[in-house]
Formats: sequence, structure tokens, C-alpha cells
Amino acid sequence: MIGVIDIGISNIGSVLNMFKYVGHEAKSVSNASELEACSKIVLPGVGSFDKGMAKLLDSDLVETLNKRVLEEKIPVMGICLGMQLMCLSSEEGKSPGLGWVDATVRDFRKSETPPKKTPHMGWNHVEVKKSMKLTADFTSETRFYFVHSYYVDCTNSSDALLTTKYGNDFVSAFQVNNIIGIQFHPEKSHVFGAAIFEKFGSM
Amino acid sequence: MINSRVIVHLLIKDGKLIKTRRFGKNKYVGDPINAIKIFNEKAVDELVITDMTATKNGIDYALVHKMATEAFIPICYSGGVKTEADAHKLFKLGVEKVCLTSAAISNKPLLKQLVEIYGSQSVVVNINVKKNFFGKLKVFDAERKKNTSLNLIEHINSVVDADIGELILTDVDKDGELCGLNLELLKYVENVSMPVVINGGMKSANELVDASMKGASAVMAGSCFVFHGPHRAVLISYPFGGGYKIMKDIKNK
Repeated sequence: MIGVIDIGISNIGSVLNMFKYVGHEAKSVSNASELEACSKIVLPGVGSFDKGMAKLLDSDLVETLNKRVLEEKIPVMGICLGMQLMCLSSEEGKSPGLGWVDATVRDFRKSETPPKKTPHMGWNHVEVKKSMKLTADFTSETRFYFVHSYYVDCTNSSDALLTTKYGNDFVSAFQVNNIIGIQFHPEKSHVFGAAIFEKFGSM
Repeated sequence: MINSRVIVHLLIKDGKLIKTRRFGKNKYVGDPINAIKIFNEKAVDELVITDMTATKNGIDYALVHKMATEAFIPICYSGGVKTEADAHKLFKLGVEKVCLTSAAISNKPLLKQLVEIYGSQSVVVNINVKKNFFGKLKVFDAERKKNTSLNLIEHINSVVDADIGELILTDVDKDGELCGLNLELLKYVENVSMPVVINGGMKSANELVDASMKGASAVMAGSCFVFHGPHRAVLISYPFGGGYKIMKDIKNK
């Protein structure tokens, strides 16, 4: 069973619906005992970094999350802000992140070559940086829906799973063993997003 | 690089899908949930949903919830957003972006508050534009169905200052007329740092090419995706592959 974390920082309806659509069982999770019962976790999120982190700390899930992700190493997928919360810190706020991945979150507007338009909003392409199950069926047509002003900067370039060009090339997905972070919204990227959900569910 | 988008605009009145002409008389199009299912299959770039009766009746959260859950495509919601609590509920129900029109004129603190809490990328402003008697562009009030005294450029500057994530410019006189987008409007946003969407009058999604060259990040339309033929028979359609395909075909020519 896939547990989709529901702590009020994101609508999880479309995430649950997308899993149903691709034929994987998923349910919402909002307490530690429900989290213990899952074999995989999805951490979706929208909004600002500090607010998201505060909600996560308020939820009393962090300790169980750390145990399940870092010790038991069950597959976890962070989406959008969920990915950013897995990092050490963010230029958007003051709170430390979960620190699962050696990466920081940066502001497009403060990058070396800032893009002409911020936020990064709309459909963009990805370059596959390492061959993993999640990206097995990608083609040159594959594209995803992005909506964000901050991006993840990985300390170890080998952690990057996908990069995307917007101003600089930035990390649009990372994978460090069982930990996956995705900057775009697969639940809103119709056929291309459905493929990711299908693959994650069968990992 | 990022793809330019072709956005579908769905207009809701008392829970039904309709389409207006020049913000006036309207025609019944169908059931909104059914329309979203069809647009899902057609893999559209994005949906903007405007509930024109939400200001009067209150936001129909049950309908928004059904629409957002049904959609495997991004949704921007517009209509009747008056407080931070309204926006909070909408985001929780699963819309990616919230769009303000009237409140962007009358309630600048709300605009700034939403940007601060939810981030620029979640906050969109729509400006309805209409020429006045003297040919000057004014900001149109869709509720009272008349022009305000607001000057377009001043209003653009004031919402841009609030650090919003996206700006939609709607030409009221072209709405539903299938006469082509008013790309002249892009002249007023040349120096704007956020994505700009042009709306009103589009007859073909291929207008994206021109719009994109002139600086638009997206084009938006209702009628050309829900009507077919001179008698405006209801037929939902959308160009396969959306903005990505249109721009790619042009590059390959």
C-alpha cells in the first residue's frame, strides 16, 4: 500500500486519483500508525518552505518518517515542495529541511543566469542523467508540468536523476537510493505523469 | 526550454458550463465534470476555470473539489476569491493556482498576502480590458458590466509590484467572437518579469506562434475549443500535443 502524506500542505486528491488510474492502491496518511502500515510513501506539497516544514513538524510524523525512510529504506517520492523539504535548507525560508539529501533549495532570481521569467511555469522537458526504473520509458516527447520559483541544487551531481533547462540546468528530479524527489507535478502531467506513478507503484 | 501553452478557459454559471460573447449573452455548453474528463483525454496544457456566479453565490467548493480531483492537468481557479481563507480552501482542494480579478483592483493587501503565504507561482491576476468611447484602454468591471476609471498601464504596474506569478490580459470586445487574439495588448507588458497570457477572441490555437514571438507565455480561449462551425454547435476539441506540438511543427518547417 502506498501512503500519501496528508498534512494540509497539498491536495492529495489528484495524487490518489492518479494512482487509482494506473492501478496502484494508495491511501491518505496523517498519523504515525498509518505511516507504519505503508510499503511506500509519497510526500506532496505546495506553498512556502517554512510553512511546509512547520506543518510537517506539527504533524508528529517526522520521527516515523525518518525511521521508515532512512533506516528501513522504503521507497519515498517527494513532489514539488515535498522534494524541496527533503533537502537541507532553502533560500525561501529559515527552517532547516528534513536533510535526507545533500542539497539546498535556491531562488531562480538569484541564480548565476536568472531566467527571463520567474516563476518557471508550464510544460518543460527533462534530460535523463542516470538510468533508473522511473525514467525507463521516457522519449523526446516526454514533458512535465512545472510551477515553482525555487529549485533544488544537489551537492553531489551524481544524485541528479533528471535535469531541466530554465536559465541554468537545474535538478528537476533526484534519486538517492530509496529517496526520490520530483520538482514537477506528475499528478498534473497527464500521460507522462501517469507513467511515473505506474513505475513508482511497481518499484 | 519551456513550452508555450495553449490554455482552455471554462466558464461556469450556476454550476453549468457556458460560454459568453463579449461578456454578455451566453450559450449552454454542458456539464463541467464531463468536459474535464474529455479535456483530460485530450491532454490539454492547462485549464482556467472561471465561476462567474461565485461572487454572488459564493464559491462552489464541492464543484471545485470534483473538478480538481478529476483533472490530471493543471487547474487555475478564478471567481469570488475575497479572502485568504477562500484561497486556502481552494489550494487544499487541489487547484494549482488561484486567479484574482476584482479583488486585484479593490484589495491589494489580499494579493500581497496570498503571494507571501502561497508563493508567487500560485497567484494569478486577470485584467479585463476594454476600449472606452475615446479609444483608450480601460480596466473593465465584469460585475457591473462597465468600464472603471482605472488606466490599464497603472493597473498592470500595481499588480506586477505585488510580485504575482502570472498575468492574464482579456480583451472584452473579442470575447467569444472567434476573430483572433488582440496581440497588441502585449505592448503593455514588454517589461513584465512574469509569464503573460493573452485571452479573448482566439479562433485557432496556431495563434500561439505569433503570440509567443511577441512575448506571451501562453494563449487562452474558450469558444474555439467548445464550438464547431458557423452555428456554434457544441463540440469539444483541442489540438493534439498542445503548445509543445504547435511550436515544434513551426521549428521543423
